[in-house]
Amino acid sequence: MEKMLIVDHEKCTGCRLCELVCSVKHTRVSNPSKSRVSVMKWDMEGFYLPMVCQHCQDAPCMAVCPKDAICRDEELNRVMVDYDLCIGCRMCMTACPFGAMGYDPKEKKIFKCDLCDGEPYCVSFCDMKAIDYVEASSASFKRKREAGSRFSELMRKYAG
Amino acid sequence: MALNRKIAYIDLTKGEVETKPIPIEIRKNWIGGRGLDAYLLYNHTKGGIDPLSPNNVAIISAGLLVGTLASASARTHVMGKSPLTGGVGSANMGGFFAPELRWAGFDHLVIKGKAKDPVYIWVNNGEIEIRDAKNVWGAGIYDTQDIIRKELRDEEVQCLCIGPGGERLVRFANVMTGHKNSGGRSGMGTILGSKNLKAVAARGTMDIEIAHPEEALEYNRKVIDQVISTKVSQIMQRWGTMFIYGVTNTTGLVRTRNFQLNQLVGGDDIECENIDKVSIGFDGCFGCQVHCRHRYIIKEGPYAGTYTQGPEYTSQGAFGAEVGCNNMNTILVANHLVNDYGLDTLEIGSMMAWAFELYEKGILTDKDTDGLKLTWGNDEAVIELVHRIARREGIGDILAEGPLRAAERIAKGSEKYLIHVKGMSNLHSDERPSPSLALGIATGTRGSDHLRSRPAIDLYNLPMEVLDRVYRQPDGYDGPLTNDYTKYEGKPRIVFWQEMNYMAVDCTGICKYHTVFLSPNHLTFPEFAKLIYLNIGLEFTPLEIWNVANRAYTMERLFNIREGFTRDDDWLVDRYFDEKTRAGLPVVRGKSLDRKKFKGMLDEYYRLHEWDENGVPTPEFLKKMGINKEPSHQL
Repeated sequence: MEKMLIVDHEKCTGCRLCELVCSVKHTRVSNPSKSRVSVMKWDMEGFYLPMVCQHCQDAPCMAVCPKDAICRDEELNRVMVDYDLCIGCRMCMTACPFGAMGYDPKEKKIFKCDLCDGEPYCVSFCDMKAIDYVEASSASFKRKREAGSRFSELMRKYAG
Repeated sequence: MALNRKIAYIDLTKGEVETKPIPIEIRKNWIGGRGLDAYLLYNHTKGGIDPLSPNNVAIISAGLLVGTLASASARTHVMGKSPLTGGVGSANMGGFFAPELRWAGFDHLVIKGKAKDPVYIWVNNGEIEIRDAKNVWGAGIYDTQDIIRKELRDEEVQCLCIGPGGERLVRFANVMTGHKNSGGRSGMGTILGSKNLKAVAARGTMDIEIAHPEEALEYNRKVIDQVISTKVSQIMQRWGTMFIYGVTNTTGLVRTRNFQLNQLVGGDDIECENIDKVSIGFDGCFGCQVHCRHRYIIKEGPYAGTYTQGPEYTSQGAFGAEVGCNNMNTILVANHLVNDYGLDTLEIGSMMAWAFELYEKGILTDKDTDGLKLTWGNDEAVIELVHRIARREGIGDILAEGPLRAAERIAKGSEKYLIHVKGMSNLHSDERPSPSLALGIATGTRGSDHLRSRPAIDLYNLPMEVLDRVYRQPDGYDGPLTNDYTKYEGKPRIVFWQEMNYMAVDCTGICKYHTVFLSPNHLTFPEFAKLIYLNIGLEFTPLEIWNVANRAYTMERLFNIREGFTRDDDWLVDRYFDEKTRAGLPVVRGKSLDRKKFKGMLDEYYRLHEWDENGVPTPEFLKKMGINKEPSHQL
């Protein structure tokens, strides 16, 4: 059963707990610059959007890697880095359209979301489930039902 | 690791910065945050200084657990000698500034002197720079933060700043971060204004090492579950602190028309449910799953289309019950204005309610107000008065001086209508039916206040076994406790306990909504000890944390004594004793405080603190706490 990360910006409270738990889980330190997920905020309008690797099917990071160090793990449907092959050229950072590839200047390594091997910490700590890990085949139904619920009451009242 | 965060001394007169490490012995004695700030305040000011002179300090800090896995570890603390009271000035706020300060390498900034021209301080990965702030001087707090981010070309910068209120030295000006996080009380923004300091901007990418990461992650999950499993948290997640108004107004615990009533009759438009009409979602401080405020856009009137956050329970009182208004839009607008001007919503509400009562009594007339009708329920007058206070225009210039100075200027017996302690106004709560809450506001070191010792759970009439579990630990108290909030017996203990609990919280930098404040089942001393051990690696017993809190609270007391405060200042205005409540549920109706019993509570409160009958800490106690030789200038 294939699963995927899905973000709902309307639910995000902008608390950035996802960044904190991600950085501690992967690097043992609190440091959002080392988090695989980042909540982008437009504070003047109050708009928040968590940004994270989309694990693209046709991943630009994978396409540009000169050493084939980035590959797809079919089991968890994720894009992974093989550090034995990685030469640290950071072309993947340039290629990624979402800024999902990070760089740790201390370790001299690129880093990205690995879905915490199937149990993403960002998801388990987010009480709002603004970031969720759901079955891919039915992911859109959840969104449809939530979006539809806004109309259902009015529809039943006026058009039912 | 977190313990390598530094202290910086910034002299704005000389333009010099000095940084130092914070020794481990200091951490053991004061932990950090408000506790260490209290030590620094006493050590870096001389008695009797003018709070608005360069001799005052502005101390800005992040608590020891800020930025770690400690559930809502977001709090910034600001301290100095209060321009409002002349005693301890202390304010605390959420948001994202404090964690950013720590990622930038610092826990405490001690800001001294006065800049010649407006400046802001830029803290970035261990470096501190004093920069020109001419571009932002005069700007509201939203624009200030936006302009500074653009100037520094980094949208992830977090700013603490003052608005036009602080620049004009309104004596109850805030420091703010984000849209609504306010270090609101006791005029900390006024101190920044007096130093020509518009803002502190922080940005950091430095590691905070977590001592025991796996266990800390696991325990954080448990702590979050503990906090959000309680009913009060679940209600807060939905409505924020606005929910409290429905409960307290129905009961009859809301100061209305200044102090004339204890309930806003028909005050349904300002009930929390009406926030849904304008809300665009919730907002959380760093790491917090309670997300106790809404993001909203004003829909009606001249401010339609304006985005901001809140409002809090405080603003429902300030721009609602206190001034006799029942209009949600007025609250939404006034909340936006005081945020952008950088003013304490609570103090301004109380000042306005007082002015409205003076107008009713004929002490203030149209001549004094330039024709503004300060009549109960006059929404336009409320909004206009906010502007006038922030701009110090006409009557606003007088009200901007805070309770005691304004009463001195208006004279004509106006002082007897003030609802204040130590020169700081009270929240819109009416404590006449609840002696414990009344003792709390009377004794608070920063003046009348609900966030320094309020035993809110006393209002729940909880089973005795719950009170025994909470209030007898960690020092093994075996005196009386009572679970009837109208009683006097056992109340000094719960005020003392809450003081210690809140001080411990403020040392660590976590949020009070995660501790024993609105729920008896939230975090307290044992959990603080575990969080500090897992995240920081320092071992404290719950009793040791209690002792740190006791030491720090006593330090604040010593500061006030040095500035001339006495037992007489731990008292309430006459109306609490002489006027009876007239509305609300039968249990709160017809209540006023009893002077003799109140005095008895105060005596007992001092005894529990090991202070003498005048409220002065005894030499033996100071020795026991290791603070008998202050100022000791260790940091």
